Amino acid sequence: MIKTDIIIIGAGPVGLFTVFEAGLLKLKCHLIDALPITGGQCAEIYPKKPIYDIPGYPEILAGDLVDNLMNQIKPFNPGFTLGETALNIEKLANDQFIVTTKEGTQHQAPVVAIAGGLGVFIPRKPPIQNISSFENKGINYIVKDPDLFKDKRIVISGGGDSALDWALYFANGFCSEVTLIHRSQQFRAHPDSVQRAMDLANNGKLKIILDSEVLELEGEDHLESLTIKTKNADNSIISTDYWLPLFGLTPKLGPIANWGLEIEKNAIVVDNSKDYSTNIEGIYAIGDVNTYPGKLKLILCGFHEGTIMVQSAFKRIYPNKNHVLKYTTVTGIVGFENK
Amino acid sequence: MGNEHELDAPTDMNMNLMEVCKSYDLPVDGTCGGMAMCASCQVYIETDHVSLEKSNDEQAMLDEAWHVQDNSRLGCQIPITSKLNGLKLKIAPEVVEDNEW
Repeated sequence: MIKTDIIIIGAGPVGLFTVFEAGLLKLKCHLIDALPITGGQCAEIYPKKPIYDIPGYPEILAGDLVDNLMNQIKPFNPGFTLGETALNIEKLANDQFIVTTKEGTQHQAPVVAIAGGLGVFIPRKPPIQNISSFENKGINYIVKDPDLFKDKRIVISGGGDSALDWALYFANGFCSEVTLIHRSQQFRAHPDSVQRAMDLANNGKLKIILDSEVLELEGEDHLESLTIKTKNADNSIISTDYWLPLFGLTPKLGPIANWGLEIEKNAIVVDNSKDYSTNIEGIYAIGDVNTYPGKLKLILCGFHEGTIMVQSAFKRIYPNKNHVLKYTTVTGIVGFENK
Repeated sequence: MGNEHELDAPTDMNMNLMEVCKSYDLPVDGTCGGMAMCASCQVYIETDHVSLEKSNDEQAMLDEAWHVQDNSRLGCQIPITSKLNGLKLKIAPEVVEDNEW
């Protein structure tokens, strides 16, 4: 059991900055995120895009903002459970919360801050009728353990960096056969990756099928073949051991919707007149995941909400302690040592 | 959902089609905020008010979207101008199905 002062669900910019504000109050945090990396939307959707409305930064790349935040919170030694989805929250009789992930990791704290952004990022799944029957039986949306595919025949679909990167990884003798299928003639992946893929195709180490997409899936207990539809040509059938549809991730509210919280239009209703608390005492929602009259889904608004929220969290955790706001210009940053 | 909505779109606020739909609480996510990086604002253009020509970025996103048709466009790539008066469009099923309300 991981024990902490505040469990933060979501390690995007707002979740990360909340660690800093909590740290100023000597509160320790542990963050959970379904992505294997920190940074949320900034890291997953637009790391190379400049943001112009972060106070103090006329322009900053989204990925650089995440790096800066990670540096800023370093003194407060946050814990991370990454690559795991928070599945449920249980409130105990002693007012502590247990947050359990899909993978079974348990976390306990007196306060939970949901900084879930637009929701948990899940793979985009092609709309093929029987696709779910082959999930983990030949169809994988994420490569967790590459060794699973060693010496196997694999087909990868997609045109972005994820599809190209994995095609390049598997094509150099790792798999017995690698086929890359894409719906058009143009890839949106990095040109260097595309060129390397073309070079491998010219050397017979990778098969690339363009203007095509997977239409049907066949197999008994495991995926056995794919029917491919190609523009201006007949359908074809490829025998394969695995199909990796790598079409990116999309955020969904997911398990958050099942926690007994008041939800309105895919967002958690909070009390913005006070502390961004939800209808469950001890659970707060900050950043894009919450809603209230006048809400703006901006990172800087989430920063503010996290700052206010931790003051309330402190009072919940230490009801008999008085806290006085101290300016960092007066105190500096006093980090945690082995806390 | 099959419901028809008539929208008034301001031409002096630098908005795009995705933003107009969101301002009316229609089920359009616009996950990436309008950077042609997610395809969650796919629409089908049903009249001649909008060209079906797309930038490379827009085409690249549609190449990996579902239910793409010849008249598909990303709403975030269509700026609102007075020339769009009378435009008819349909929100793509992937977008509607993905919304939980």
